[in-house]
Amino acid sequence: MSEQLRVNWIRCDAHGLCAELFPERISLDEWGYPIIDPAPLSPQLRRHAERAVAQCPVLALRLERSDP
Amino acid sequence: MPTTTTTTPHRPTTLPRLLGGLDTPDGLAPLDRHIAHHGVLAVHPEPGRPNDVLREVVRQSGLGGRGGANFPVARKVDAVIAQRGRPIVLINATEGEPPSRKDHVLLRGAPHLVIDGAVVGAAMVGAREAIIAVEAGSRREYAALDKALAERESRRVDDRLKISLATVPDGFVVGEERALVDALNGGPGKPTHTPPRPFQKGINGAPTLVHNAESAAQLALIARHGAEWFRALGTPAEPGSALVTLTGAVAHAGVYEIPLGAALDDLLAAAGGLSEPIRAYLVGGYFGTWLDADEVVGLRLSNADLVAHGGGLGARAIVALPATACGLTETARIARYLSDESSGQCGPCTYGLDAIAGGLERLVRGDRSVLPDIERWLGLVVGRGECRHPDGAAKLIASALEVFADEVRRHTIDRQCSGDGRQVLPVPKRTSARRPG
Repeated sequence: MSEQLRVNWIRCDAHGLCAELFPERISLDEWGYPIIDPAPLSPQLRRHAERAVAQCPVLALRLERSDP
Repeated sequence: MPTTTTTTPHRPTTLPRLLGGLDTPDGLAPLDRHIAHHGVLAVHPEPGRPNDVLREVVRQSGLGGRGGANFPVARKVDAVIAQRGRPIVLINATEGEPPSRKDHVLLRGAPHLVIDGAVVGAAMVGAREAIIAVEAGSRREYAALDKALAERESRRVDDRLKISLATVPDGFVVGEERALVDALNGGPGKPTHTPPRPFQKGINGAPTLVHNAESAAQLALIARHGAEWFRALGTPAEPGSALVTLTGAVAHAGVYEIPLGAALDDLLAAAGGLSEPIRAYLVGGYFGTWLDADEVVGLRLSNADLVAHGGGLGARAIVALPATACGLTETARIARYLSDESSGQCGPCTYGLDAIAGGLERLVRGDRSVLPDIERWLGLVVGRGECRHPDGAAKLIASALEVFADEVRRHTIDRQCSGDGRQVLPVPKRTSARRPG
């Protein structure tokens, strides 16, 4: 069982905070929407991911279990 | 409950199945004609009690959803039953896909078969309520269903099931099941974030079993004739018959019923053959794939065969593009339509499809420099929305750039177009831009 960042595309308004807080795995497309690198998260990266999730101003980012 | 015991159910051993009995104007009331042709449906939903025997028959049939996704119907039923709460059945009788007319034909010609399917669905999950939803613009289909429901009511055919008819706004995306449920719940008719999906929380929050109108009609026949009968046509992996809408450069465009896995050549022959030389086929509607005419030799109409060609059957709309039309110009027009039809909720779809449509329009005007941008944008919209609208559009457009590479060269290097100016792919006039801002 691993965890993955998932975007709620309806909520996301391209504020871009997630990419600033977690550049290791989140970049932005030319319209400002996040591009998520699906690679597994180490414990350290997971803390960064949690911070990005917590700081999204519209709560559009979540860490979800991706059961195999 | 019908007391008729003298009917002789028509159990067709060949095609047509769904479209059988449509062309016999014999003066009977539609319900009498329906029963005379198909026999009485001996299924009576019991609210709160799923009919496991019927479920098993449907499981054995292997019926895949006929709305385009081909998802096993029996698994949808299982998913609804596993939920708490009183389930509801929703028949998706919207057909917002412009090149597809099969549900329209079915609803007008065999409304009772579709309604019977709602009854079968209700019996499988133990529902006491079913809703059939059509688009506001489908007036004749609405009228046919309305009349059929009135007939059934006056004869108390479905006395344990409340069946109602609802309309939703016209549009391409409203047929997506979450958008449909959203519209019926009083929302704007746009896809919603998941979870929940309709089987979890659908109409008024109830677990909702959603079937396409053709899937419902297939259920009506499976309940009558059984799984083995159903599987006598089609392929082992994709059993049964299916409706196809064939348009473009064929002698007789229209809706045909085929065994899944039938040869494209046989379908063309049934339609009186091609009316002129063909450049390519669009298979699977506007989320489908362009296939070069040379590529389709021996093609069979099953998902397995089309996946091998990089496509899929979708809701089985097929357009034969004549050699005198320009596939690039046609696709640019459809790309703009699909961009306009985006519900405008998700950024990558809203901005990406608009950028791609604009890019194709520049390509048509001869600007080759935009090609790498289009390729990049196509990659950026896939998998980045709440529904599959951007994915489907990107698939169609990517296949166009491949199949019509010569048209791209002709436009951008020779500054010519091989089209004679006519529009082959249909786009409804009502298209309204719904992009925000």
